[in-house]
Amino acid sequence: MAALDLHIDDIGKRFGAIDVLRGICLRVAAGEFVTLLGPSGCGKSTLLRIIAGLERADQGHVRAGGRGLDAVAPKDRDLAFVFQSYALYPHLSVHDNIAAPLVMRELSSLERLPVIGALLPGAIQRKRSIQERVRQTSGLLKLDALLERRPSALSGGQRQRVALGRAMVRKPKIFLMDEPLANLDAALRIHTRGEIARLHKEMETTTIFVTHDQAEAAALSDRVAVIFGGELRQVAAPADLYREPVDLDVARFLAQPFLNELAVAAPIGGGLMIGGSRIIIRDALGSGLAGTLAFRPEHATLAEKDHPGALPVRVTRIEHAGIDAHVFVDAEAGAQFVARISAERARSLRDGDNLGLTIDAEKAWFFPSNGSRQRGDHSGAA
Amino acid sequence: MILGQSSSSRIVSHAVLVTGAIIMVFPFLWMILASLTPQSEIFDGSLLPTPTLHGAIDNYGTALSAIPLLRFMANGFVVCLAILVLQIAIAIPCGYALAKLSFPGRPILLVGVLLGLLVPVQIPTIPIYIALAKSGLLDSYAALVLPWIISVFAIFLFRQFFVTFPDEVLDAARLDGFSELSIAWRIMLPAAWPAVVSFSIFSIVAHWNDLYWPMVVITNPDMMTASLGIAYFRQAGEGAGNVGALMAGGVLVTAPLVSFFLLMQKHFIRGLVLGRH
Repeated sequence: MAALDLHIDDIGKRFGAIDVLRGICLRVAAGEFVTLLGPSGCGKSTLLRIIAGLERADQGHVRAGGRGLDAVAPKDRDLAFVFQSYALYPHLSVHDNIAAPLVMRELSSLERLPVIGALLPGAIQRKRSIQERVRQTSGLLKLDALLERRPSALSGGQRQRVALGRAMVRKPKIFLMDEPLANLDAALRIHTRGEIARLHKEMETTTIFVTHDQAEAAALSDRVAVIFGGELRQVAAPADLYREPVDLDVARFLAQPFLNELAVAAPIGGGLMIGGSRIIIRDALGSGLAGTLAFRPEHATLAEKDHPGALPVRVTRIEHAGIDAHVFVDAEAGAQFVARISAERARSLRDGDNLGLTIDAEKAWFFPSNGSRQRGDHSGAA
Repeated sequence: MILGQSSSSRIVSHAVLVTGAIIMVFPFLWMILASLTPQSEIFDGSLLPTPTLHGAIDNYGTALSAIPLLRFMANGFVVCLAILVLQIAIAIPCGYALAKLSFPGRPILLVGVLLGLLVPVQIPTIPIYIALAKSGLLDSYAALVLPWIISVFAIFLFRQFFVTFPDEVLDAARLDGFSELSIAWRIMLPAAWPAVVSFSIFSIVAHWNDLYWPMVVITNPDMMTASLGIAYFRQAGEGAGNVGALMAGGVLVTAPLVSFFLLMQKHFIRGLVLGRH
């Protein structure tokens, strides 16, 4: 089915004295699944509400399929919204909840009346078509057995499916989802996540999904847009985002769950001094600025204490996490690091062991204190 | 039974309640018995009149024939229903707007509604009377209905009820194609159903029993409501001084309300509790 592309152009929004959103520009291709990721209060939900027309932007424009949406009422934007709280109509049955958008759009106010409506020509046929589509949707979401129930008699996961059904039933061109999984328990969240991915694959509707959970974003999205403090920091495919974060906030936010950080002075002679060892981080070359060295736990390895170039460290704690283990170590300089190694190897380690920590310089980052990292050209080897 | 309450304190509280109930019920009981007793035997010095069959036939016959009592009751019914329907038709959208829509002047309007709650009906009686007189509406249903159709109490009650309604559901409705008015009718009204039911009970009881306003605007017996009709019966016509027939009229006029109350008792009590929040 047809999907629309979405252009978000220089959107700004203030609540009182606070800039909630500043100069947000984002292009979403037709059929693409884009996640807005950021900590709570970063403005991602406000952006979604602006796209939906539920909130008015102070500046900037939203266009869908080339059509400007700024002056279009929410119901005429041809998009559907799934709310975190599900937002079902409490007094209507599951069937009527799903049917509501069709009934409100396709029947006149006279045809909606209980007795008179049934007598009007054409209304019966339209009502039958609505029922047909409600049935299809409920079948797709396995809600058939629940159609007569009220939302209050449903579990959280069932309510979520009804909310999805209500959004899907009129086949919108764009889906907006505001943390739809946040109120579900962990197992159900992962299950529903799969359902959403499956539905997106089937329907190929352009989808904007808001979450603060980076695992959710990575699992679902074609691209992730990371928002901090009302600013769009980076838009990239999940794997690129993890590998090449543009700044320290993004790197931290995508930590799984740990990130090693070390404040360092301006690099001298093309290398950073960490304790007694010097490591070369390509990012840092030529910047001449102080900043932060950061690397993911899997980009550090533990070697013998006297391994050449290794930083002498002492094991303080080991956390097993399935196939891997996180080893927490103290360096002599007082810094703390985490290395991710195989659980197999971690079995031979004990608290208090003295080891050497080596950092994969190819994969570590240097974030200058004045903001974003320069994207290094990684084609040439050091 | 309330846990932890000793049986002696339960006996005391029940005794108090039973005494109160007897005091409340006694006038009704006396009214019913007097309506069944011949006029001459009502005040024979006993605490309760002694009913007889011919007394009953006599009293009810007089009540129904001396004045158009059924006409009065029909008037009262039409007036109560019209007032209630219009009150709800106005108060639901108003309460919704005050609770959920943001527009300039909303806080001042809300204060206006609260101030309206403080003004008893006796204060604007004369200006309203003059307005009705000048528009030639005295002695009509309009005179009985129109002054009541904006109930600040209803607006405030519904507004309080709507304030807690989740905003996301309203946003969802707006995206689903509901207009603001259809949100008010199709979503807010069903959600506020308990409040609507308890308000309806208050409204019907108040206007069925109201004597003051009909007395101000109605002089034509054809337009009288039930309460005014009974008052009229007491003072004029052949019913004057006939206490038995008067009580029979009282029973007939009270009966619909009492049966309505018994039917809706559960809602009524819930409504009283609701009003406290």
